[in-house]
Amino acid sequence: MDWQALEVSLKLALVTSLSLLPIGLILAYSLARGKFRGKYLAEALITLPLVLPPTVLGYFLLVGMDSNSAAGKLFYSITGDNLAFSFSGLWFASIIYSLPFAVQPMLRALENIAPELREAAWCSGLSRWKTFIKIELPLAWSGILTGLILSFCHTLGEFGVVLMIGGNIAGETRTLSIAIYDSVLAFDQQQAMQMSLILLAIAVITVTAIYRFNHRLLRV
Amino acid sequence: MLDVTIKQQQPIPLEVQLQCAAGEMLALVGPSGSGKTTVLRCIAGLHKPHQGLIRSQTTWFDSNHELNYSPQQRRVGMVFQNYALFPHLTVMQNILLAMQKPQEHAVKALLEQVHLSGLESRYPSQLSGGQQQRVALARALARDPEVLLLDEPFSAVDKVTRRKLYLELHALRRQLSMPIILVTHDLDEAAMLADQMCVIHQGKTLQQGTVEDVLNRPQSLNVARLTDARNVFEGQIVQVEGQKKLQWCEQLLEIADTDFAVGSNVYWIIAPSKILLHQRRRPSRGEQENPVQAIIDDMITLRGITTVLMKVTGHNPLLIQMDIPEHVVERNQLQRGEHIGLSLLQSAIHLIEQ
Repeated sequence: MDWQALEVSLKLALVTSLSLLPIGLILAYSLARGKFRGKYLAEALITLPLVLPPTVLGYFLLVGMDSNSAAGKLFYSITGDNLAFSFSGLWFASIIYSLPFAVQPMLRALENIAPELREAAWCSGLSRWKTFIKIELPLAWSGILTGLILSFCHTLGEFGVVLMIGGNIAGETRTLSIAIYDSVLAFDQQQAMQMSLILLAIAVITVTAIYRFNHRLLRV
Repeated sequence: MLDVTIKQQQPIPLEVQLQCAAGEMLALVGPSGSGKTTVLRCIAGLHKPHQGLIRSQTTWFDSNHELNYSPQQRRVGMVFQNYALFPHLTVMQNILLAMQKPQEHAVKALLEQVHLSGLESRYPSQLSGGQQQRVALARALARDPEVLLLDEPFSAVDKVTRRKLYLELHALRRQLSMPIILVTHDLDEAAMLADQMCVIHQGKTLQQGTVEDVLNRPQSLNVARLTDARNVFEGQIVQVEGQKKLQWCEQLLEIADTDFAVGSNVYWIIAPSKILLHQRRRPSRGEQENPVQAIIDDMITLRGITTVLMKVTGHNPLLIQMDIPEHVVERNQLQRGEHIGLSLLQSAIHLIEQ
């Protein structure tokens, strides 16, 4: 059992999903409420990682993070480190990769709020910010939580993108799914089974939690 | 006093002018899609018209000075068509949210005013339609509004509840001192509750006046049709013995003094409730005024009022309608096919330009 890989996986999933909470909310809110040109293109781009093969996404991210690329150079000038094959690079890639899993449920939840409710709040004297905090956020809460948990699970299970840009550095970029792949290649069935069961258990628990939570919210 | 002038071409054309004095209720009536709700949204600041002036105690919108207050700055109380109560908040929290100085005892006083005491801790989904409407009304009043706007507030409740809510609103009105605008497509509702009526059609306000005035003295055929005027006929102004009279088929009707020139063709209307039935056994007052003989074609009774459809004797093919209390029908033993005498009182005849 590769405990270090489990730790990397959990850490990556946690920081990715927590970063996606504000990023996803801002994107979902702009898409749900904003009126701007290219809105459909923006929504399509956010959804793209859902349909693109992870290797293709990983390849483009790898090219983009190369030490000769603008992003790579900028990151190097700030941190003195390379973006590709680092935990930070993996974190950044995971945000892109899990973006649709965070944005979509949040977007649907915000879109489901009747426009009259916001207008009623404004007519009651609530500012737009207060309307968001007191009315929209509580009403979209189940969608926001679903986005958070889904992006956590999705990051936990990512493989292709990690392989492309993270490589297989123990304690840095070797996640549990990479470790499973390694074990299978090394014919270590027992370890592969153990680690797969752990991922399966986490997936079952979190997805059940989402359904239970949403069901309870709907009953109010 | 609320003073509203709105003009715009897009997204729907609007040409609106209306006034509502403090303590008065103005019913904005018109068919679906006539722009009633958009006018209300303009007043509330939820829609910005291209041109116009909206003034309450202060000016809220003035296109000439590029002044446009947000809904938060306007202090309007709005009751939405589906009430738009916040589903995750209790009745108490819904109302507290709209108060500038949130105080629970003030909420309780408001709830008492709308007959909802004791339901403070319920959620909107646990309330009936009528109760939801009362919460929406209490929330609109919680802001101590300069203007109260009601967008079809009775359309989402059943008929029995509606009747009860009419009486409640009528009683509540006496305690309110701000201008109230009621949007509705129900003329009876408007007539029952409002002091003033404004008819709107295809985004254009056609006539504003007292309810009595708009219903009985429409300025145009369009207003007459929109307010469901039932006795609309064509006629001509003629001069007989130096007096202007109205020629209607073979009948020659006396009319009040009019500016219409002799020879001009006009529409004329008479309210079905203002036609006088000649009693069988004893003469009624006004019998000598525009007497007409007719045959009863049909009779329909609804809630104690009978609408009698009659054919005027002679070559006049048109049906004329008269509303009389059911007991009058019984006392006079009116039946289909029977001959009766009527008087079309001259004060009730209203002429409209053709």
